[in-house]
Amino acid sequence: MPDPLLEVRAIDAYYGDFQALFGVSLKVNAGEVVAVIGANGAGKSTLLKSIAGMMQPRRGDILFGGTAIGAQPAFSVVKHGIALVPEGRRLFPSLTVEENLKIGGQSRRPGPWTLARVYELFPVLGERRDQPAPTLSGGQQQMCAIARALMANPRLLLCDEISLGLAPIVVRDIYAQLPAIVGEGLSLIVVEQDIAQALKAAAQVYCLQEGRIALHGPAREMTRERISAAYFGV
Amino acid sequence: MTEWVNVILQGVLIGGLYAMFAAGLSLIFGVMRLVNIAHGDLIVLAAYVALLVTQGAGLDPLTSLILVVPIMAAIGYALQRGLLNFTLGEDLLPPLLVTFGLSIIIQNGLLELFTADSRKLQAGAIEVETFQVMHGVWVGVLPLIQFLVAAAVIAGLQILFYRTALGRAFRATSDDQAVAQLMGLDTRHVFAMAMALSLAIIAIAGVFLAVRSNFDPAIGPARLIFGFEAVIIGGLGNMWGTLAGGIILGVSQAIGAQIDPGWQLLAGHIVFLAILAVRPQGLFPKVSG
Amino acid sequence: MNRVEHATRSSRIGVALIAATLVALALAPLWGDRATLRLLSEIFTFVALASLWNLLAGYAGLVSVGQQAFVGLGGYLLFALVILAGVHPLVAILVAGPIGALVAVPVAALIFRLRGAYFAIGTWVVAEVFRLIASQIGVLGGGSGISLPAAAVIAMAPSRQAREFETYWLALALTVAVLGAIVALLRSRQGLALTAIRDNELAAQSNGIDVTRVKFIVYVLTGFGTAMIGALIFLMKLRISPDTAFSVNDWTAFVIFITVIGGIGRIEGPIIGTIIFFVLRQALADLGSLYLLMMGAVAIVVMLWAPKGLWGLIAERFGWQALPLQRRLIVAAPAEKAGGKP
Repeated sequence: MPDPLLEVRAIDAYYGDFQALFGVSLKVNAGEVVAVIGANGAGKSTLLKSIAGMMQPRRGDILFGGTAIGAQPAFSVVKHGIALVPEGRRLFPSLTVEENLKIGGQSRRPGPWTLARVYELFPVLGERRDQPAPTLSGGQQQMCAIARALMANPRLLLCDEISLGLAPIVVRDIYAQLPAIVGEGLSLIVVEQDIAQALKAAAQVYCLQEGRIALHGPAREMTRERISAAYFGV
Repeated sequence: MTEWVNVILQGVLIGGLYAMFAAGLSLIFGVMRLVNIAHGDLIVLAAYVALLVTQGAGLDPLTSLILVVPIMAAIGYALQRGLLNFTLGEDLLPPLLVTFGLSIIIQNGLLELFTADSRKLQAGAIEVETFQVMHGVWVGVLPLIQFLVAAAVIAGLQILFYRTALGRAFRATSDDQAVAQLMGLDTRHVFAMAMALSLAIIAIAGVFLAVRSNFDPAIGPARLIFGFEAVIIGGLGNMWGTLAGGIILGVSQAIGAQIDPGWQLLAGHIVFLAILAVRPQGLFPKVSG
Repeated sequence: MNRVEHATRSSRIGVALIAATLVALALAPLWGDRATLRLLSEIFTFVALASLWNLLAGYAGLVSVGQQAFVGLGGYLLFALVILAGVHPLVAILVAGPIGALVAVPVAALIFRLRGAYFAIGTWVVAEVFRLIASQIGVLGGGSGISLPAAAVIAMAPSRQAREFETYWLALALTVAVLGAIVALLRSRQGLALTAIRDNELAAQSNGIDVTRVKFIVYVLTGFGTAMIGALIFLMKLRISPDTAFSVNDWTAFVIFITVIGGIGRIEGPIIGTIIFFVLRQALADLGSLYLLMMGAVAIVVMLWAPKGLWGLIAERFGWQALPLQRRLIVAAPAEKAGGKP
């Protein structure tokens, strides 16, 4: 069994004095899709931010491809090959669609994702390439945010609640593209409140409850009852 | 009549210099929401650096720019990385008070090193050359060069901001620092590059100032005020507006001076206050505050 | 009944100490020589100026680098009233206050259109405009300035010693009045609003506080106080010129450095800062620009590593306050409630 691509080992994460994660551990194997589910405030975004380097865990380690990245800031973590699609999209409002994509490629990692490929994946972005980012609809902005992260040619893509605020049909369209994304040899962590989508897409599931892992295992073994119990801490 | 045309023309040309004072100020505010109170004193510092370079290397002032610009840019990078990056954040007080402290330090440091004596850089014959634009109307060659350089600097900044990767980095970092980091941008470095660029512009403005008129350690704050007034008159967020603002300020001062020499500065301030009263967003605003 | 308590043990000690100090200071003409009285007067004026600047910047969040506008305004009002209208100098000082407040109103209307650091520079522009106007007024000496006429000086008191005592007590009284007014303001409802703004402006706004109105009032009141102190300062100097009246170094740089080092946002800060400033000045003698340079560097260091200043460090470490300004809710014990039911 080869070593996991990403290994999060018992991390504690704090916002000032407030502890958000308690000894959280997680593994992602190469080429795998992992779903992280949990209620609001359970710590899902905190987990992704810690992996991406936007926060530094106070205890524990994060290993990526064998290298310890826990203490590194976001701009160096990207260079190792982890890209985050942030919660709420957070496109740069002063930049056009194409400029947002170009800046996604700032770290210039080699790989299959180029402007052309990204426009192939999401043609609507190509149509609106010179428009300011805020003029796009919610679903289009989400596609742009994903594409921007892909431009960094990551080995591991982190998606934080990409279904949030979008109509179900739009969510379905976006998730329909996931196989194309993962097919390039990318690994994925998907954080979702939409459990059905998460379970359909993922091989492994982790459930967070108040900053702790309450449940984890293969997606096909997850029953409704087990998830409810873990989700709500019953 | 032609006397007034000459007066206004002179005002327009010095407006270019004021716009250059303003460009560096407005660039920094745009990228990191920092207003550098020491901005004017850095212009004076550049003038003294040029003094040392012209004396030490025997260069004429315009050629000395080859050295003065990189020196000032390096100072800007170090200043941002070493001091000003630590003042950035939610609170208004630290950057304001630290840059104010810096202003006092630079003024008094220059005073200790160079005394309060007035200096001037000599650019030679070009300082007095003029040519006739039309009957009775004369334009100084040096002021015209300064104006054209100022316009070129502003055009250059527009191109940099909207057509280059560095400009993209500036705009993205200004929009959202945290997400800019996710793109692989070290924001400490981005801010320092912006300050280096600002000081490079300051270097050019400082040399032009030093050639144009006498300078001493105490004239910094007035340059800050002229730059600031040009930005506010022109409107925030618009570089070409800043050029217009500089021109309006220059022309106001020139007309004031023509009426009575003691009124030169006052005329400029009054026009500034009037615009602040009547159209606080400036004449050509792109963004608000 | 629930009530709000202001005093703490440290503030009771503080008030007692302050009262004792005030008595000693009031008696200074008995134990101090001429130089001491002059020094103390200078200290008082700086305490007042710094406290007023602290009210503006530390509480209302209005950072002004242009308060010298009001110092100079007060000074010129004194000279104008005395020389042109024959007003008694002491009366002129008292009149300078309200006139300063009146001038502050349109000034505020203009510069409140600017935000943050741009506001700060705007205050500087206003000071420059005042300076330029002053140098155009020929009857008050224009650019070179003017001295207070001998007749006006003698009108204050017949002997030089009596005048010096009078000026000293006036400085002490005005400073105590300014500090007293600031304390009274902070203990009032407006003061509660102000403290809320100091702590978190956005939260204060969301709680229904009209932040702009409070800031406006504070700016006008500060103009009042600063103009009066300015008039006093130039009465002490006996001579005024545009450059001294509107000097950034004297009336803004030192004031800011004093307040930053002593502690912004707390009333004790400027007092501590002024004491430190003068102790250092006496110890190091007047090094002129080097001294200013050093103070600037110290202020920067303090701003970055101890942003609450010296008093901030002390107060947070020990929980002290020298003046009863805290507000603590004392919840009534059950037995005190009417009806007697627990």
